[in-house]
This record gives sequence, structure tokens and C-alpha cells, in this order.
Amino acid sequence: MTTDRSRARSAGRQRDGAARTAPSGARHARARWRAQAAAWGFLAPVVLYLAAFYAYPLYRNIDLSIRSYTLASFITGDAPFAGFANYISIFHSSTFAPALINTTIFVFVSIAFQFAIGLALAVFFYRSFPLSGTLRALFLIPWLLPLLVSASTWSWMLNSDSGIVNSFLQAVGAAPIDWLTSPRWSLVAVLIANIWIGIPFNLVIMYSGLQSIPADIFEAASIDGANGWQRFWRITFPLLRPVSAITLLLGFIYTLKVFDIIWIMTRGGPATASTTLAIWSYQLGFGSLLPDFSSAAAVGNVLIIIAVIFALVYIRARNRLETT
Amino acid sequence: MKRRSWWLTAVGVLFTAAMLFPVYWMINVSLTQTSNMRKSPPNLIPVDATLQGYSAVIHQQLPYLGTSLLVALGTVVVTLALAAPAGYSLAKLRPKGGGALNFVLLIAQMIPAIVMAMGFYTIYIKLGIVDSVWGLIIADSTIAVPFGVLIFTAFMSRIPEELLQAARIDGAGTMRTFRSVVMPVSRNAVVTVSLFAFLWAWSDFLFANTLDNGGGLQPITLGIYAYIGNNNQQWNAIMATAVVASVPAAVLLVLAQRYVAAGVTAGAVKD
Repeated sequence: MTTDRSRARSAGRQRDGAARTAPSGARHARARWRAQAAAWGFLAPVVLYLAAFYAYPLYRNIDLSIRSYTLASFITGDAPFAGFANYISIFHSSTFAPALINTTIFVFVSIAFQFAIGLALAVFFYRSFPLSGTLRALFLIPWLLPLLVSASTWSWMLNSDSGIVNSFLQAVGAAPIDWLTSPRWSLVAVLIANIWIGIPFNLVIMYSGLQSIPADIFEAASIDGANGWQRFWRITFPLLRPVSAITLLLGFIYTLKVFDIIWIMTRGGPATASTTLAIWSYQLGFGSLLPDFSSAAAVGNVLIIIAVIFALVYIRARNRLETT
Repeated sequence: MKRRSWWLTAVGVLFTAAMLFPVYWMINVSLTQTSNMRKSPPNLIPVDATLQGYSAVIHQQLPYLGTSLLVALGTVVVTLALAAPAGYSLAKLRPKGGGALNFVLLIAQMIPAIVMAMGFYTIYIKLGIVDSVWGLIIADSTIAVPFGVLIFTAFMSRIPEELLQAARIDGAGTMRTFRSVVMPVSRNAVVTVSLFAFLWAWSDFLFANTLDNGGGLQPITLGIYAYIGNNNQQWNAIMATAVVASVPAAVLLVLAQRYVAAGVTAGAVKD
């Protein structure tokens, strides 16, 4: 309706001064085209980069997964087309079920603890007290350390014979645990390390979320007689929902990708006790002397599909956040 | 009131100490004599400390540290060169299809590194650049570029339009405006992006281990990894290397704490 009217109006204007507007319209179009050319000129490096270093490796990965590649294929350059055979074989592999279950446990348990602890700490640090800023900064350290450093430190702390954790357990009268070498505990061990690494990220984001809540809401609530517990569950928590949603989804996407920590601490073992999809993919492609790149790529692509589904959920949540 | 807030500080110190215990333990083990390494219970504080581990670092790990520095700095340069112009365009030049590009960048961040590593590996084998520092720099930059574009776009869209208009009136073209006006006022974004690009490249293990584990120039993460694999007994040397590998993170935290917090938050929360 409105577009009809404005089109009619502009048509009228054009008729009025057809001789004058035509060249200036052309100049306008040319200026606009030049502006677009400049805009895309600045984007060109990144677009080429994305094509060469994201799209092409991804394409290669898909190509790998539908052919049967061996090490020889890299030299001879030909690998027979295999269709979905690689995918079918990984679904039937005895590692598939444990890897999927471990990935699910790893992701959800990690996120639940990271988020709960991060949020609790954010609420704690929000009541600013002497040194709170410094202590909050120190909390970032685990997140900034190279993952390999954290993973090796935890490996040694959880060592069966000489680790400090087992010394502590013995000191309090509990039995020592084979954290890294027993199938019952290895997933727990890598979970502990991963939760430790993820707490700072959750703390920082939830803290900034808390800061964006206007302080007078809390004041009004305490004047109305709400206690700390009620204030948290009735006001803070609901108001933090959007930030929480994004933190959880980012946590999901990051945790799905975790590789370094598990590889250093347990290599996915013993057997498949702590093998996740990312670890399995690496084991297939690089973990042995007889690499099976095609199956590795197929597992990697399954991982991408899971990540992208959640990425779409994330983007929708984010867009909804922007419109409200 | 005052007493209560000191009580909070005490609890806060306790929490922080618990959280940082593994970091302390890493330092403690790095100073422990090899003969005390298997002692039970272990020494809680470094009594009769030794610098054995650190001397091993100096004798064996310096080349690795140099490579890591080179790779990390290279990654910073590549990331800035790609992300800053893109951020400027997306924030201020209104490219048609910019929304789609933003979407692609978001998705790109979600691709697991193991998948990228496999793709890079097959390409690098073909090009014959496996085990090269350049190849590693390019692979490491893929961790930072999408994040960099995001940060630059967010910072640069806050530059007042009048500033750019004034430059245009003075006769500056788009390129000139970018160089002489936009970049100088975006210093904070440059610092934040450089910091994260540096840290991520410095910490990278997966790309290093798949794309650069046979060459002469290997980064420090592979130095530690080789240690763990080869001599399981020398945990003081392993932990000393870990301490040295953590130095950049510590330095950056002290010097640029607010940029770190800004970077973490900007990735997740849009204001």
C-alpha cells in the first residue's frame, strides 16, 4: 500500500523533471555503485580468505568422507568414490555408541557445572567488596592458560601413585582412585579439568549480565521485603535469562569441540571410556600409523552437523534478543 | 557493614585460592627435586627447591618458544590485516549482503578444529607445505579471524558518523579515512583482537600436532607434548615448561586485563 503510493509519487516527480533528474539519477546510481565497490573492496580479503581457508578445507573434508582415501591416495591422487559407505561404517562401528554417549555426557555435565558455578561466583562477586576486582581478574587465569598446560597439570595432579588428589583422598581416609586409567573414572577426570577451565568464561559473562540489570530493581525489591534468596530466584535469574541462553549455547558449541584436554589426559581411553566424537575423529585420522582419513572426515562431519543445529538455535536466540 | 564486607573478602580469597590451586601446584612441581617427585605425601611447599626443571627448559625448549612467538605474532598480523578492513566495511560502508557474511562468520566459528585440521592437512600435503611455519600461521589464524571481524564491527559501529563525514569533507577517500581516522580511534579493538589472536595461536596444539609435527620449527605446545611422551619421569621439567608457556597469559592478564574481559564479553553479549 505505502510502496504503491510512494512509487506513484516518485513517478510523478520523474515526469515533472524528467530532463533534469535522469542524468543526476544516473550519477546517483554510479555513486552508489562506487560505494558498494568500496565496501566490498574492504571485505574482499576476508571473503577470499573464507573461501580459501574455510570453504575449501570443508569441501575437502566432505570429499574425503565420500571416498575411500588411504595414505597412498595422497600420492597417486585418486581415491575411489564410496558414497555413504564411510558414514554407514562409522554408524555401525563399536566405537560410535560410546563416543556419542561420552560426547553427550561430557557436554551436558561440563556445561551444567560451569554455568552453575560461574553464576554463583558472579552473584558473589557482584556484591563488591575490598579486592573483589583483583580476585575476579585472578579467576581468569585458568581460562587464559594454554589448554595443554592445564591438561598436563591435571594429569599430574590426578596421577594414581604420585598425584596430590590421591594423597588428599588418602589423608582423609578415602581409597585412592585410578583417575586416568580406570574406565569408570577417566571421563570424570577429564570432566573435572574441563569444568575448571570453563568456569572463568561463565563467570565473566554472567557478571557482565548482572551489571546490566539496573540496581534500583534490587533496591525496590529489598524495600518490599524480599530476602536474598527471593531476590535471586524472582528477579536476578529471570532477568538473566537472555544472557544465560547465549552463555549456555556458546558453552555447548565450545565443549563439543574440546580435544586437547582429553587427548593429553587420557587419549580417549582406557579403550573408549573417554572417547568423544572429536577424539574419535582424531584417532582415526592421525592417531595410528594406518590413518583412515575417510572415516575420520565422516565423524568430523557428523560433529559439524550437531554443531550447526545448535548454532542455528543460537542465532535464532540472538536475533530474538536483538529484536526485543 | 564494614566488617561484613571484609568477611566477604576472606571468602573471596578462599574461593580464588581453591580455583588457582592447580596453577600453584604446577609451579610447586616445577621446583621439586626429581628424587622427591614420587614422594608420598608430596611436599606442599617447595622445600629444597631446585631449578633443574628450568635449566632443562633453557637448554631444550628455547627454539620451541621462539617458534611459538613467531607463529603467534604472524597470526596477529594476518588476523588484523583481514579483520580490521572487514570490520570497517560491515560497520560503516553498508555492503549489500553484509548480513549474509556475518552469518557465514558465525557459522565458521562453530566448525570443530579437528575438521579444519583434516582439511588443511590434505591441502598442505598437496601443496607440500606440511611442517612449515607459514602453514601453521594460516591455520591458527582461522581460530581468530571470525572473532576479530566481530570485535572490529562492534567497536567501529560506535565511531560517530560526524567524524567520518568530516574526513570526507576534507577530501579523504574511503581508504584514507580508514587509515587515518578509523584505525587510530579503534586502538582498543586492535589491542583486544591482537591479544586473543596471540593467545590462541600460542596455545594451539591441534593444528601444530597435525600440520607441523615433523618440521624443524615446532611450537612450545609440541615441546611439552614431546616431553610427556618421552620421559614420563621428568615432571619438574614438564611443569617448568608449562610455567614458561603460561608467561604470556600472565603478562597479558596483568597488562591488559580490561581488554581480556571486554573480549570475552563482546563475543557473547551484544550491547
